[in-house]
Formats: sequence, C-alpha cells, structure tokens
Amino acid sequence: MLKIENLHARVAGKEILKGLSLSVNAGEVHAIMGPNGAGKSTLGYVLSGRDGYEVTAGTVTYNGIDLLTLEPEARAAAGVFQAFQYPVEIPGVNNTYFLRAALNAQRKVRGEKELDSMQFLKLVREKLKVMQISDELLHRAVNEGFSGGEKKRNEIFQMAVLEPQLAILDETDSGLDIDALRQVAEGVNTLRSPDRAFLMITHYQRLLDYVVPDFVHVLADGRIVESGDKSLALKLEAHGYAGIGASHPAGAVA
Amino acid sequence: MNQPASLPLVASLLDAPLPASGIAWLDAARQENRAAFAAGGLPDTRVEAWKYTALRGLGQRSFASGDAAAQTRAVDASVLVLPGIAGVRLVFVNGAFRADLSALDKLPAGLSLQPLSQALQGDAEPLRFALSRHYRDIGDAFAQVNAASASDGVVLRVAAHAKIEQPVQLVFVGAEAELAWHARNVIELGEGAELSLVEQHLGSGEPAQLATLVSDIEVRDGAKLHHVVLQDAAIGTNLIRRSSLRLHARALATLHVLELGGALVRHDLRAELVGDGAQLHTRGVFMPHGRQHIDTQLAIRHQALNTTSTSHWRGVANDRARGVFRGAIVVARGADGSDANLSNKNLLLSPSAEIDTKPELEIYADEVKAAHGATVGQLDERSLFYLRARGIPLAEARALLTAAFCRAVLGDLPNEALREHLSTLLVAQLPNT
Repeated sequence: MLKIENLHARVAGKEILKGLSLSVNAGEVHAIMGPNGAGKSTLGYVLSGRDGYEVTAGTVTYNGIDLLTLEPEARAAAGVFQAFQYPVEIPGVNNTYFLRAALNAQRKVRGEKELDSMQFLKLVREKLKVMQISDELLHRAVNEGFSGGEKKRNEIFQMAVLEPQLAILDETDSGLDIDALRQVAEGVNTLRSPDRAFLMITHYQRLLDYVVPDFVHVLADGRIVESGDKSLALKLEAHGYAGIGASHPAGAVA
Repeated sequence: MNQPASLPLVASLLDAPLPASGIAWLDAARQENRAAFAAGGLPDTRVEAWKYTALRGLGQRSFASGDAAAQTRAVDASVLVLPGIAGVRLVFVNGAFRADLSALDKLPAGLSLQPLSQALQGDAEPLRFALSRHYRDIGDAFAQVNAASASDGVVLRVAAHAKIEQPVQLVFVGAEAELAWHARNVIELGEGAELSLVEQHLGSGEPAQLATLVSDIEVRDGAKLHHVVLQDAAIGTNLIRRSSLRLHARALATLHVLELGGALVRHDLRAELVGDGAQLHTRGVFMPHGRQHIDTQLAIRHQALNTTSTSHWRGVANDRARGVFRGAIVVARGADGSDANLSNKNLLLSPSAEIDTKPELEIYADEVKAAHGATVGQLDERSLFYLRARGIPLAEARALLTAAFCRAVLGDLPNEALREHLSTLLVAQLPNT
C-alpha cells in the first residue's frame, strides 16, 4: 500500500529526514518510535502534504501513485488520513458541518454520491456509538474549547467517519490520561481491518499495550535504524533509545 | 480647495434647487447648509476623518439631483422580502417615499411612522431640533448637502413604554438612473420603549449614483433599540451615511451591520452615551471586493456614569478593494465607571487589497475599563491545512474560514432567520463559492 524509499526532507532549510525507507501493507499496524527530534512528526507531515516540508530526494508510492505530487485534499480523497498531534481549533466552523463537507468533498473526488444531511446524521450516530463521544461535541465549533482528550478522540472520530485506507496517528497518546488513552485505543482497534493500514507515531511504549502493532520501527536522526516486532518496543522501554541503532547501522534493516 | 465649485461634483450639487417647504426655520437651515457647502466644498485627505477616503474620483463626477420618475421606477417586490421579517415596511426609491411598495396599514399601538415628506405637511415643530442643524465642519460636507437637499426619509416615534414586537423594515433602493438623492431619518424611542429596526440598502442596475442618508436616533431612558443594517447597494452607488445616536439613562442599543455593496461607501456612526448606565453594542462586517471602497467611522462618546460600549468589527478585503475602519472612543471627564471595548480584525484575501484600521482611545475619567485592538492579516495556515488534510479543497477551505471569521461578530444577532440570511449573503460575497 505504502512504499517509502530513501526519503530526504527539509524543514526551514534543515535536513530532518535523511534516507528513510519503509514498506506498509494493507491490514498492518506499524509503530514508529524514536527520541524527540528524530523526525517522527516530519514523516507524518510529509505524508499528509503540509506546506514547508520540502522533499529533496526519495519517493513515496501509495497504491501505485506518487503521493508527493498530490495536494493535501487529494491525498485525503485517496484515503490518507493524519490524526494530528495538536488539532487546531477553528472557531465559527461547526464540527458536524465541517465533517460532512470533508466527507462529501472526498466522495465527490472518488465519484461517489454525496450524502445528504439525513444520511450523514445516520452515519454519525453509528460512529458515535463506537467512539463513545457525546453528541454535544458535534454541535460545537471544530475543537473549540475541547480538552486535550476530547481533541484526540475527535480526531479518531473523524477517522471513523472518513474511513481512510492509510491512517497516520501522530502522538495520539500524548497528553491523555489512562482512561482517555484506553478509549482512543479502543477506537483504533475497532477500525483495524484487512483493508486498512496504520502508522502510529509515538514517543512512548504505553499506547502499544492497547494497540498491539505488527511491526515496530525505531526512527533516529532521520532514518529507520531498527525494525522488529512488538518485543522491540518492550526492549526500548527497558533500555531507552541510547544504544539503539549504534549497533545496527542505518540501512541494514529492511 | 480654494474654489470648491470648480469641482464637477460640487458644482452639480450646488445646481440643484433647494426644496421649498414653506416652513421658515427649515428653509433657513437649508440655505445655511447650502452656503456652508458652497464655501467649504469637499474635504480632502488632509482632513483627519477623510485621510483614507479620497474623494478625487467622485469629485470629478456630476449628478443631477432628485428623480422626477421616482414614483414609477420598477422595483422587483421580491427583493424587499427578508426572512424573519414581516410587518411594517417603509420603502424609498431614489430617495422618495413609495406608498405602493410600503406596508403601513397595520401600525401597532405606540408606533408612529410616516415619511418625512408627509410629516412636513403637518406639524413640523417636533422635527425642528433635528432638521435645523447647521453643519459647520468641512468633514461634514455630505451632511451639509443632505441638510440642504433631503426632503424625504423616515420619521419614526415609539411612545413611552410601547414594546413593538414586529421589526420595522426601512428600505432604500437606488434604481436605474444616474443621479443624486438624499434622505433624512428622525427616529425616537420614548422612555422604556422597545423597537427592532432593519435598514436595507438595495440597488437595481448599475447606474452611478450619489446617495446621502443622515439619521438621528434618540433612545430615551430605559428604552431598547435593536438595529440591523444590511447594505447591499448597487455596484455603482456612492453611499454616504451618517448616523447620530444618543443614548439616555439605562438605554440600550445594539447594532449589527453588514456592508456588502456600493462603489464608495462611507458610514459615520456617532454615538453619545449621555445618560448613566447607557449601553451600546455594535457589531459589523465589511467586505469590499472588486474596486469597492468601504469606510466605517465609529465615534463613541461616554459622557455619563457607568456607561458601557462594546464594538466588534471585522473586515475582509479582496481583489483591489479597500476597507477603512476608524474606531474612536472618548470617555469624557465625569464618565466614571465606564467600560469601553473595541476590536477590529481584518483579513486580506488578495495582495492588492488594503485595509486601514485605526483604533483610538481617549480617557478623561476615573475607574474606567477600556480595551482596544486591531489586526490585519491572512487566513491561518494551520487551519487551512487542517481542513485540506480532511479533504476540503483549498478554495472551499478558504471560504469556510473566511465566513467563520465574519460570522464570529454576527453570532449574537437574536433573529435567527435574519442571522442566517446575513450569513448566506456574506458567503455569497466570498470568492470561489
């Protein structure tokens, strides 16, 4: 589904990604772990297409197309979704209105029929049950006045409604207490499916107790320096990031 | 400006015969104001209040005054219909009252409403204070023109303690012909009275017009006025308005303004809070596009104890348009315990658009709370990206955020249907929707 090869990217003139390669197949959950400043969030933004993230070398192929040439909205319509670390508050734009506009814009690009407000409401009701989100959040402006946990749950709720093929979760666990973390993880788990892949970017191992990944990668200094199964996350938890990668030169891990 | 009459605009306005009322004080006031305009002409940009609104272009045009055909101009009645508004309506076409388009047959108890042209045929004495003013400042040139030439407009009184349930709709239509017209409103709410007023400016066709409108609004002790202005004049209309508002003790006035239409548009809003505990709340959105120029000048004077004013205005300029906002608040000596809050935030949607904003605050009293601020900027890149990352195309995302930016100050308009209507109109004014 996603094939990243030798990706180099700069932010504000500074090289952050320095030859990152990664393959993700449908149905898989990949965790990307690494110390602060390793380039984890940069990877997320390069994939979702944010301005200011300049790719200087390498390729990203998504379902056979060159992802990097697409505008952010085209990537979304093609099924790429990023749950942001810091979802922005947008006063004056109603949460439900926004989500319906987003879903219909995506459906239009895909040549699907747009949903009217009744059909959309029905869909939202179903997804709300799954996500344990209160109705009340839907009537507010996008993320306005939401607590940190509400913002993160709202991201996962949007994901549930938009049903992407590739979901990038950027530090979705940060700032959550244990109950909120459990709820978010449950939401992610219900969305796991053979057709959908997840890229979970996280600093800590604890999210992985609830959403068990198929693969764990360590990102350090702009490259994947080690890959393994979930036991790698436990090793990191026990020993920290120091030492990892030094014994495994970059590029040695497929 | 040594020879004001050498400007075509001034010469053409001075050419218009003064209307003869047969009322000595009124005819004298008209002559005085005419003479003041003949002597002073138009203000240039060295006059502080006209610093950002140059009249050079307009000054080169000339307009015949008045419209002999005003009673027969075709006006599509459907444009007069507003959602959430039903009931009393007064319509003026090119400055002249049109009985056929108005609805005055079912006036509620306590409401007295008639066109100025009729009021002057009866006992004009109650209008003397308002209509015998002499405007002496060169910055008031258009008020001079209006005082000399206006012979129609709205005379509205609400009796003490009368609460008028249905909103009253005032419509000013500029129709077809190239000409100048002038209208004068005198509005008074008696003690404890309540009134909701919707003022509409519309235009048909694209003729160049010069229109002036001067309104005096008196809100007596404990009275409540809610005033909505929907300015959607025709693209060729140069519309110069001046509203003077006096708020007595515990009076409350709220104003919601949406400025969309016109060529050169100017609104001077002068509010005096003369009674203890008076409150004024103004909200406004101006959205010049194309080559429009929309200028709002707010001057609020707190002159009594514990008076409150809040003013929240937003501007959105596109293409080569220009917006101007000046918010001047004075808290006079003795107006202790006053609270004044003013903000003006602006968005530029195009590199050739311009908005000049100037908040001013002068405080001469004690224990005053005051805050003011103004910004000019672009849409927030992070918000734009968030919407696009969810699949909303760039143009739609821009429109969504811009509309939200404007709606933020219209959200407390209580009439929901009217609020939705304003929202629809402002969205329609945005590019790419």
